[in-house]
Amino acid sequence: MHISNGIINGPVAGVFAALALAALTFCVLRGRRDLDDRLAPMAGLVAAFIFAVQMLNFPILTAGVSGHLLGGALAALLVGPWVGALCVAVVLVVQALVFGDGGVAMLGLNITNMALLGTAAAYLLIAGLLRVLPRTPLGLSVTAFVSALVSVVVASQGFVFEYWLGGTTDLGGNLGGLAGTMAGVHLLIGVGEGLITATTVATVAKVRPDLVYALRALKPAAPAPVPAVGGVR
Amino acid sequence: MRTRTWGFVAVGLLVALLLAGVVSNYASSHPDGLDSALLKGCTVDAEGEITGGSCPAQREKEHEVGGPLADYGVAGIDNEFLSTALSGVLGVLLTFVVGAGVFWLLRRRGPAGPDDADEAARADRQPAGTAG
Repeated sequence: MHISNGIINGPVAGVFAALALAALTFCVLRGRRDLDDRLAPMAGLVAAFIFAVQMLNFPILTAGVSGHLLGGALAALLVGPWVGALCVAVVLVVQALVFGDGGVAMLGLNITNMALLGTAAAYLLIAGLLRVLPRTPLGLSVTAFVSALVSVVVASQGFVFEYWLGGTTDLGGNLGGLAGTMAGVHLLIGVGEGLITATTVATVAKVRPDLVYALRALKPAAPAPVPAVGGVR
Repeated sequence: MRTRTWGFVAVGLLVALLLAGVVSNYASSHPDGLDSALLKGCTVDAEGEITGGSCPAQREKEHEVGGPLADYGVAGIDNEFLSTALSGVLGVLLTFVVGAGVFWLLRRRGPAGPDDADEAARADRQPAGTAG
């Protein structure tokens, strides 16, 4: 879902670059509370894993169209929403600067859609679902599947909003058509995202449940999240 | 516990390297959801270049950097499998070094003697039976 150069105009891309930078700074401040000696290498792994899986475009039901993982839900489940958003942002920066994937001028837009919107939507759902669903492998898998699927559709609508603000080709008022196409195709891609996310998180939870952030942070018995250690000091 | 976490990270990295280095060659080469939606209204040739019509992608511009690894291949390597594999392996390693490096620098480090407090708090947060 990487936006190439020339799709959105410069001023809008610039505004989103500033917004994304501010949001990422906030993620650093909040994420530091979670980042300890154990989470830091895990977050590096999550970024590297997302890079790898983003290379694996899979076919979807619509002929001639493929999709790939975005990774927001996966990162939010494994390392939390703040560090998770930073993980996806690291991937997008490497892709833009080294692999020519997504324009450098479009980086703010791409970070907004995939790293910020995708992760935020996923974590809101994760926080809700993990509290109501049973603490079983199935409960965790359903949480991962649903949050991943929805996060992809939300990210796709982020693009539609940006296109409405600064798209370079006049669609003649047919923005609804673009929104519908994007939502439909990303619903299908979201199914793939959901399956990959659920499989990966279920595997980690089976081997090392202590490395799944969402299982540590969201306890069903305690309605208020345990304050992060860093906040006490 | 720290050693065991690094062990898990090493195994995870190996999986990522296999995915990016081998499985990536079997990935679909069709345009992704966004690219295909942006081409709606245009006609394209076999190479995916726009030949006519009107669509949101028609004003697309060249990437500003490009570089030797652009489009997930290594410039100068003609063997497509090898080119994709090598770019994937380099990408995974680069992303890990950048990511782990940044997160390691950002990690929480308190003044003298915070380790005990950290460990105690961590034990509190962990469900019984899953500690280390």
